[in-house]
Amino acid sequence: MAEKEKAEKVVISGADAIACAVKLCRPKVLPMYPITPSTLVPERLSEFVFNGEMKAEMIHVESEHSAASALYGAYATGVRGFTATASQGLALMHEILPIISASRFPAVMAVANRTLSGPLNIWNDHSDAVSERDQGWIQLYCESAQEAFDTTIMAYKIAETERVSLPVMVCIDGFALSHVYEPVQIEGQSKVDAFLPPYKPHNFLDTSDPKTFGAVAFPNSFFEFHEAEEMAMQEALKVIPKVNEEFGKAFGRKYGDGLVELVEMKNAEYALIGMGTLVGTSRVVVEEMRKQGEKVGLIKLKCLRPFPKDEILQACKKLKGLAVIDRHASLGYEGALTIDLKAALKDEKVKVEGFVAGLGGRDIDVKRLRAAVETIMKGEKGYWLK
Amino acid sequence: MAIIGFEEKEFFASGHRACAGCGEALALRHIMKAAGEKTIVAMATGCMEVVSTPYPETAWKVPWVHCAFENAAAVASGVRAALNMKGDKETNVIAIGGDGASFDIGFGALSGAIERGTKFLYIATDNEAYMNTGIQRSGATFPYAATTTSPAGKIIPGKQQPKKPLPFIVASHGVKYVASASVANLPDLKAKVQKALKVNGPTFLHVYVPCIPGWKIDSSTTIEIARKAVETNVFPLYEIEDGVLKFTQKPAEKKQVESYLIMQGRFKHLTPELVKKIQGYVDARFAFLEGIEGKKCFDVLY
Repeated sequence: MAEKEKAEKVVISGADAIACAVKLCRPKVLPMYPITPSTLVPERLSEFVFNGEMKAEMIHVESEHSAASALYGAYATGVRGFTATASQGLALMHEILPIISASRFPAVMAVANRTLSGPLNIWNDHSDAVSERDQGWIQLYCESAQEAFDTTIMAYKIAETERVSLPVMVCIDGFALSHVYEPVQIEGQSKVDAFLPPYKPHNFLDTSDPKTFGAVAFPNSFFEFHEAEEMAMQEALKVIPKVNEEFGKAFGRKYGDGLVELVEMKNAEYALIGMGTLVGTSRVVVEEMRKQGEKVGLIKLKCLRPFPKDEILQACKKLKGLAVIDRHASLGYEGALTIDLKAALKDEKVKVEGFVAGLGGRDIDVKRLRAAVETIMKGEKGYWLK
Repeated sequence: MAIIGFEEKEFFASGHRACAGCGEALALRHIMKAAGEKTIVAMATGCMEVVSTPYPETAWKVPWVHCAFENAAAVASGVRAALNMKGDKETNVIAIGGDGASFDIGFGALSGAIERGTKFLYIATDNEAYMNTGIQRSGATFPYAATTTSPAGKIIPGKQQPKKPLPFIVASHGVKYVASASVANLPDLKAKVQKALKVNGPTFLHVYVPCIPGWKIDSSTTIEIARKAVETNVFPLYEIEDGVLKFTQKPAEKKQVESYLIMQGRFKHLTPELVKKIQGYVDARFAFLEGIEGKKCFDVLY
């Protein structure tokens, strides 16, 4: 099997970037089910496996529910796995997601974010992953194909750090990133091996040391399982920046502190905050407005769960207004991100306004984002950025 | 006390919380004795999962995993793939689900795992209703049986449909070995488990297990009722090997179905007309089996 030792720069899609990173991470079991726009990931991985470039067993499952279930079975048997999905597929996995996290299996899954039906729509927003934010999975959002590649490798390292032992979702915007071609530095195998050592589980299904996985927990123990998960989530807030630093040292790239990235925030009076590819567009807005003398900054939220409250607080202390761009609507209230930020900043003077944007693939362009900033500068209320 | 011819070691230990006389617990105990210690069990949610693993206790002395209700076959697929990647060709993988988990909610996962040629044995333990949730009708519920969702009503007397023919659906996938078995004939059950585990591909066992509260029977009558099911052709014992059906125990003299029905509270509403209808249903199913006996009726793909 030919392994590429040298790094190379190639022009590939965000989904391809994830597949290339997964190959370098050497998962052994790949339960896969196709769904737009994540399908490029299993397609690429199938080519790697069927051409002998990757030593793993594909399981061509009959549903995403079974993809998550087979992933659970693989981790219970003590091997590293991977799957990818989107939208309805992630919704179908919903039942299994908290079982994987409560079992403390450090699984990694890519989500090419797509809205949820109905009506049927295959385009991007964050409704699928954001709706799963309470299921004990770490959620990392990416802005570029390179970041998708790098985040996938970091995801395994974060998940498999013993004091974390939680699954990670690597989220890329459907089409807007999954199908967009960008230059990506693909690292060599030995360098990735040095960064990510082989997976060594403590507990797995083993006939020479039989153990029971997935017991029934009664009210006298169930609570403690979740308490332990919450403690692990809090540990992840420390581990993610550490892994981000290590990644930076090994490969020369890092993403803010791993949780958030601050752009022009030092003397900012107003700021935008959002996740995924809209951050790229927001950078243009900030640059433009800075040129015109406005003290505008940007917070890129890379990690939605665990929520980096302290980092957000620190970044927003001196702000007058914060425009939250939610690519998701919690119908009946506000966007999920807005709700989180209002809670985090409740004792600060900053005025937080939510803007629901980009639903079902609607453009989030410079004009719309600029309008959001101008709205908070005027002290007006947030609205749906249609 | 071990039965002659069975492994003395217990892999499904006593002390679990199943009802006295539970047919399913009895089946599991002997299935595990037949399978042996080189076995990983993936179990669906259901009575057996609940009674055997109240955290931090477990009745399982083999590695055992439970995830959810409808996915034992998918979990087993992941287990088998992981074992393959570890180079482990020895370990048996057995997925076990009740009738609700196998005939209904986990049907898709079962079909998928078989279609992929997964080397595993799927065992559907059939007590003909959702017992863990309180005796609701399933696709495997016997015609006219009263359950909490197919009650013996004034207008509709119990379940109105036949049993889903799951073993034949599985056999139609091209599976090399499919068999029915009963707690009334443990040596037969043992032989079938061991035969299935020798196959290098998917295999399937349909095991009849009386349920004390679900069937409204006395806890001392489990075996007697299971035996009566075989003797009346309500639950014939057969195997379909390489696409050919063969009976493994044929009643010397066929008994009337009424002798089986009369022992169970779930049938106590039956009128003589309904008993006659059930007799016709059982006779027709058995005639079908006899009709295909010894003939190659299923293509074998795995």
